[in-house]
Amino acid sequence: MLAMNYRGPFRIRADRDRPFPEIEHPEDAIVKVTRSCICGSDLHLYHGLVPDTRVGTTFGHEFIGEVVDVGSSVTKVKVGDQVMVPFNIACGKCAFCKQEMYGMCHEANPQSTAAGGIFGYSHTTGGYHGGQAEYVRVPYANVGPTVIPDWMDPDDAVLLTDVVPTGYQAAEMGGIQEGDTVVVFGAGPIGIMAAKSAWLFGAGRVIVIDKLDYRLEFVKDFAQCEVYNFTALEDPVVFIKKITDSLGADVCIDAVGAEAAGDTMNTMLGRKLLMQGGSTTALHWAINSVKKGGIVSIVGVYGPIDALVPIGNVVNKGITIRASQASVKRLLPKMIEHVKSGTIKPKEMITHRIPLEEVAEGYHIFSNKLDNCIKTVLIPPSA
Amino acid sequence: MIGDQTKPEDFKNERGGDHSHIKGWGIDRDPKNDPTYPMKHRTDEEIEGYTWERPEQQPVNIEVLHSVERPNIPAVFGTAQPPEGLSGAIRRFAFKYSESSYGRWLPLVMADRIGEIEGIVDDLKKGHIPNLFAEHGLKSEWKYNRKKFVLKSAVTAAALAGVLLFLTRDKKD
Repeated sequence: MLAMNYRGPFRIRADRDRPFPEIEHPEDAIVKVTRSCICGSDLHLYHGLVPDTRVGTTFGHEFIGEVVDVGSSVTKVKVGDQVMVPFNIACGKCAFCKQEMYGMCHEANPQSTAAGGIFGYSHTTGGYHGGQAEYVRVPYANVGPTVIPDWMDPDDAVLLTDVVPTGYQAAEMGGIQEGDTVVVFGAGPIGIMAAKSAWLFGAGRVIVIDKLDYRLEFVKDFAQCEVYNFTALEDPVVFIKKITDSLGADVCIDAVGAEAAGDTMNTMLGRKLLMQGGSTTALHWAINSVKKGGIVSIVGVYGPIDALVPIGNVVNKGITIRASQASVKRLLPKMIEHVKSGTIKPKEMITHRIPLEEVAEGYHIFSNKLDNCIKTVLIPPSA
Repeated sequence: MIGDQTKPEDFKNERGGDHSHIKGWGIDRDPKNDPTYPMKHRTDEEIEGYTWERPEQQPVNIEVLHSVERPNIPAVFGTAQPPEGLSGAIRRFAFKYSESSYGRWLPLVMADRIGEIEGIVDDLKKGHIPNLFAEHGLKSEWKYNRKKFVLKSAVTAAALAGVLLFLTRDKKD
């Protein structure tokens, strides 16, 4: 079958001789992929920043498709169902799944106890092949896969498998109270959804900070928020204090993660020398821009090793930090409801539709922010 | 764009402002959203420890490296790319250390880089010469960022020419 094949940092290709996935567990399903996305966090793999990313792995944790085979214990989906597959691989039985923390399942990842299982996201999250392929193995098919409602556009459905719930949970973890000022660092797809979602929790003001004007223009329209380009600011933290009555924002959201720009030292240590788990610039700004007693919500992805953060300021300001991989299964019913009511229109974020055969071009465009790229969807030839 | 010259009095936080123009404003607001909810729907599960009814174990037909911080292999696991070669030996070494140790992560980074070289050797063994232009997605660079593409190509060509001249210089001179 045709599938994306990682060959090393900045080097990928689509190979036609990749083996078909097989049922390896009674709760497995095999899904014929109809759409998959390139996620901003896939770029961390593509750039070689995530340890234990093995050559030959297929990436892709945002995908939808048709069930074409099921294991003997699968009862919740059947062959022929069109399903959206949450990026978390979750058993539904462990202590963490039972607490609805499906992003932290303890029965899906041998390699790390910190992270749960994720499709196509290195051996640090379980060593699964991902959905940037024609077919993919989906473990725990009684738990994750959700049948796509008849009325839902597949382009909306594929974005419900990660980016929409992750952005929503970023706002949810912010504990936003009515009238709060919320600053979102990062105008990528997750930041865009976090800004949009902040209003749903009753924010009084939503501000987005990024360095790319085209993305800021997009989020300004999509999420009806204030936008500022940090490259035009001498010091983003001072600027945010200035525009928030000198006290800071009630809630700051880090929707950037490991590849933040804006600070030379962090860029060198985190992105070039790989001496810490990513560049922590956005997190620095979030901690230092939030009001005393405020909340910092982190959904940006970082590597597993140490990273520099101003922990003294966290203590002195009494900040609550909340962070998590999104619990997609928990949030899906609400996200479906919001799409149905027209409150959220995810597919408006899709700027590029690329054949799976041209996956290398798709990654290069997204990685280098070419052609005003915001969200890329890969379409397999058999879809 | 607003720059650093902005004055604080230009802005006011808006509690109680009119947000009727934003579809869905406030529909999910939750005054009870305290710092432990919604990440955690509290149950007694954790107190009981590692005692839940485990799913059936996936057969372990390949080498699976697992964290020393857990006693076993989880019920399901990925079967992509089991460890092999020199990179595999380094990965086995790394997995002797816990997730809180550099001994775990730095060798894995090294193994990844060695794995890249092993991948090229493997390609060549199979008679496949990697198409670096295509694998880097440079067609799109040419299409959307031609100026930078030409500049980078020129710098690379100059550097290669310099190295070639240096290596082929007449050593008697």
